Amino acid sequence: MYGKGLRPLSLASAATLTAAFALVFFYAPNDADQGFVQKIFYVHVPMAIVALGGFVAAGLMAIAHLRSGDRRWDVRSYVAIHLSLILAIGVLVTGAIWAKASWGHWWVWDEPTLVSFLIIFLLYATYQPLRFSIENPERQARYASVFAITAGAFVPLNFIAVRLAQAYTHPRVLSTTGGNLPGSMRLTFLVALAGMALLYVTLWKYEMASKHASAQLRALRRKLAGEEPPLPAGRSAAPSLAAPAQPVP
Amino acid sequence: MALFSLTTFVIFHFGLHRTSLSGDLAAGVLWVTLLFAAMLGVNRLFVAEHEQGGFDAFLLAPVDRSALLVAKAAALFAYLVIVELVAVPAFFLLLAGPSPGQALPDLLWILLLADLGVAVVGTLTSALAIQTRARDLIGPLTALPLLIPVVIAGARATEPLLGANGAGAVPLKWAAILGLYDVVFALLSYAVFDFLLED
Repeated sequence: MYGKGLRPLSLASAATLTAAFALVFFYAPNDADQGFVQKIFYVHVPMAIVALGGFVAAGLMAIAHLRSGDRRWDVRSYVAIHLSLILAIGVLVTGAIWAKASWGHWWVWDEPTLVSFLIIFLLYATYQPLRFSIENPERQARYASVFAITAGAFVPLNFIAVRLAQAYTHPRVLSTTGGNLPGSMRLTFLVALAGMALLYVTLWKYEMASKHASAQLRALRRKLAGEEPPLPAGRSAAPSLAAPAQPVP
Repeated sequence: MALFSLTTFVIFHFGLHRTSLSGDLAAGVLWVTLLFAAMLGVNRLFVAEHEQGGFDAFLLAPVDRSALLVAKAAALFAYLVIVELVAVPAFFLLLAGPSPGQALPDLLWILLLADLGVAVVGTLTSALAIQTRARDLIGPLTALPLLIPVVIAGARATEPLLGANGAGAVPLKWAAILGLYDVVFALLSYAVFDFLLED
């Protein structure tokens, strides 16, 4: 079910990312002030945008879970947050490298964009401990969804506060006035953004397919062993798909 | 909680090694102290219900579920006001340099605006954390990042009030952010709170 279209999607994201990196290194001009180090922008900014988009999408999936009561939406929301958290670590690391290279410090406190990203990261870092400390899987799913909705709404609110507060250091790449990127840089950036988004979707589908496959495997094993109750897998923060009994072909 | 905030002021006095504070430092000390005092209340908010079965009794009662949210948020709001009744005079007495005369009216309405946000978010995270095993940890870990905008906006809004040479005007932008925060989280809590009670 989740495995469908996985191969073309993987190929598409690999191709787009390769194209993006080719454009970054051979097409986009070096930045006049910052020189070569500015190229990290093509990794850092798409990663940040995709991570934040993933958090918001996870909130929407959590709304779908609470409205429909379908546990699969909870799994989708979990996987989205899980991947976004990994990307967020990447954003913080690449951001620190870029800040060190262009501003001279690893971390700049009077810069709201950095600080608000860190706040969001810290908030989502509680997601897995929260899941882990609730035993009842049904309640775990529900509480995790409430958390995902609250935090998902917090993401844009936090960034509104950031936009209102004037910032001078951090470049506003996607401002309402259209930004100040020259055309070649803009094209490269858009390709990199598309590549990162495709990578995110592909990884999401892979993890969903893996969860789906292992749930099916468990169900088949159970069937092979007779109607024995499944082995307790141990308490875990990760939800698993409750597999319907599949007929063996 | 009031005693806690007094102790925190004393700790700040020794930690910062200053006899009087003003401006941004004063605002920061005040808001951090109030936030951590609020965390104590947030942690205890639903403990009695959880331990004595109050949730079941509430679910049996013929009232809307969001009534519990409103009631608990109002209770937390009242706690916070009482704490501030003690903590703010103590703050001006012990730490703040400038006299409180002019600053007080503006400070009061900003504090009330912030209390509203803290009460709503605190109730939501407290209800979220109460059913977990590590509730004393999960509650503050969830609530503190969510409340950082309140601290930022509150500290920025009150910063000119506590200036060394008399109170300046309140920056309305930051007060507006506080108001926006309150509205968004009140609506959000109202929307999701029901799901924390089903059992």
